[in-house]
Amino acid sequence: MTLKTRLFAVAAAGLALALPLSASAHRAWMVPSFTVLSGDASWVTVDAAISNELFYPDHRAMRLDGVSALAPDGSTQKLQNTATGQYRSVFDVQLNQAGTWKIFSASHTVQASWTENGEIKRFRGSPEDFAKQVPAGAADLKTIRGSNRNETFVTRDKPSTDVFKPTGMGLELVPVTHPTDIVATEPATFRFLLDGKPAADLDVTLVPGGARWRATPGDIKVKTGPDGAVKFTLPDAGLYWLNASVRSGETGRGGMAAPGAAPAPVTALAGNGFSASYTAVIEAQRP
Amino acid sequence: MKRSLSLLTFAGAAVGAPAMAADLNVTVEIPRLSVAEYHKPYVAIWIENPDATAAGTLAVWYDPDSKEDHGTKWLKDMRQWWRKAGREMKFPADGVSGATRAPGPQKMVFSGAKGALKNLKPGQYTLVVEAAREVGGHEAVRVPFTWDKPGKPATARGSAELGAVTVSVK
Repeated sequence: MTLKTRLFAVAAAGLALALPLSASAHRAWMVPSFTVLSGDASWVTVDAAISNELFYPDHRAMRLDGVSALAPDGSTQKLQNTATGQYRSVFDVQLNQAGTWKIFSASHTVQASWTENGEIKRFRGSPEDFAKQVPAGAADLKTIRGSNRNETFVTRDKPSTDVFKPTGMGLELVPVTHPTDIVATEPATFRFLLDGKPAADLDVTLVPGGARWRATPGDIKVKTGPDGAVKFTLPDAGLYWLNASVRSGETGRGGMAAPGAAPAPVTALAGNGFSASYTAVIEAQRP
Repeated sequence: MKRSLSLLTFAGAAVGAPAMAADLNVTVEIPRLSVAEYHKPYVAIWIENPDATAAGTLAVWYDPDSKEDHGTKWLKDMRQWWRKAGREMKFPADGVSGATRAPGPQKMVFSGAKGALKNLKPGQYTLVVEAAREVGGHEAVRVPFTWDKPGKPATARGSAELGAVTVSVK
């Protein structure tokens, strides 16, 4: 599927976009011990989990094999002192460069089915492997592409913006207000890109942490304009879980036998599909 | 006649010249607190423009001798100052940074011929004193002043981490 048709599919699926992405309330997050630090001996320790309540590890630990720390100069730095417990993973990042760090995981997957010599073939893997392994112009080709990002940002000394350079894949956040410069009660603006282009009419939800001591979830729902920008004001200081997602066409759930299971007949994908989600934990500082 | 006119002109130029040795006198009262664990507060004293951006930092009291990162680790706790000015600076900062101070009134005179005041244009400003105390609270006290005309002292009072802050241009 070309980018153009994919974007068309997204635009055409207005109803699908309005539906909640997942029936479960499980939310993945990485919470750094601080988002603003000073001094050249700074470290952050980060909790990473998938939970119902924000930000209490109550469901399961986030796997760390896909998590990276991107330094202000664009290099990838090692996560240190990693550990994964029942409900929560933890790791440290030594902030050995001044500027803004991105701690993140990003995954891009392609599912495909096509016909070769009258036989249905299936593929599931990275976009790179898809390009290598699936013949160009394959008959009856159907693809379901998915992209997921989960990020948080930490600034030591003066903020920088190099880690926000878009990759052009999936949903991405571009700062207008720097994510570590958000102050409660003051307006802030973020821009979102979908595959490198402004993500217009994107629903963005901001959920405050500390849910255990609040009767109502307090979700803040906003929508991006034609330029992909959205302005919002966080009412209280604290941590917020930001999430946005788009989905169109088929979800591709099921259809492939689990490893080790009895061989099931290979079936074709029901149709094309596309999904992208973006999650970040941000902090609103006290004024 | 001609001579007296030129004298007047000379006098006028001298009055209008910038930084006519006006100084900013600031008194900050650090309250004596009866708490189980007391540490002298970190304090930043800085000048705010009418649009709330920083116009310069006058003083930063911290703990440069601390074994922990020479005290820079906690500079971000004076978070308004840190966001608007501190994170652009290097520490220790010559003529600006110094050690934390004990409870009681702390009197300072900032010379108009030096540092942040040297190039400050005449006009309305706010002096901000922001205090952050280890295992304690955080407070910022704002006092408006007019630079660089001598005027009556103005005072504002903190409620927890700072006592009276008095500012006068002399």
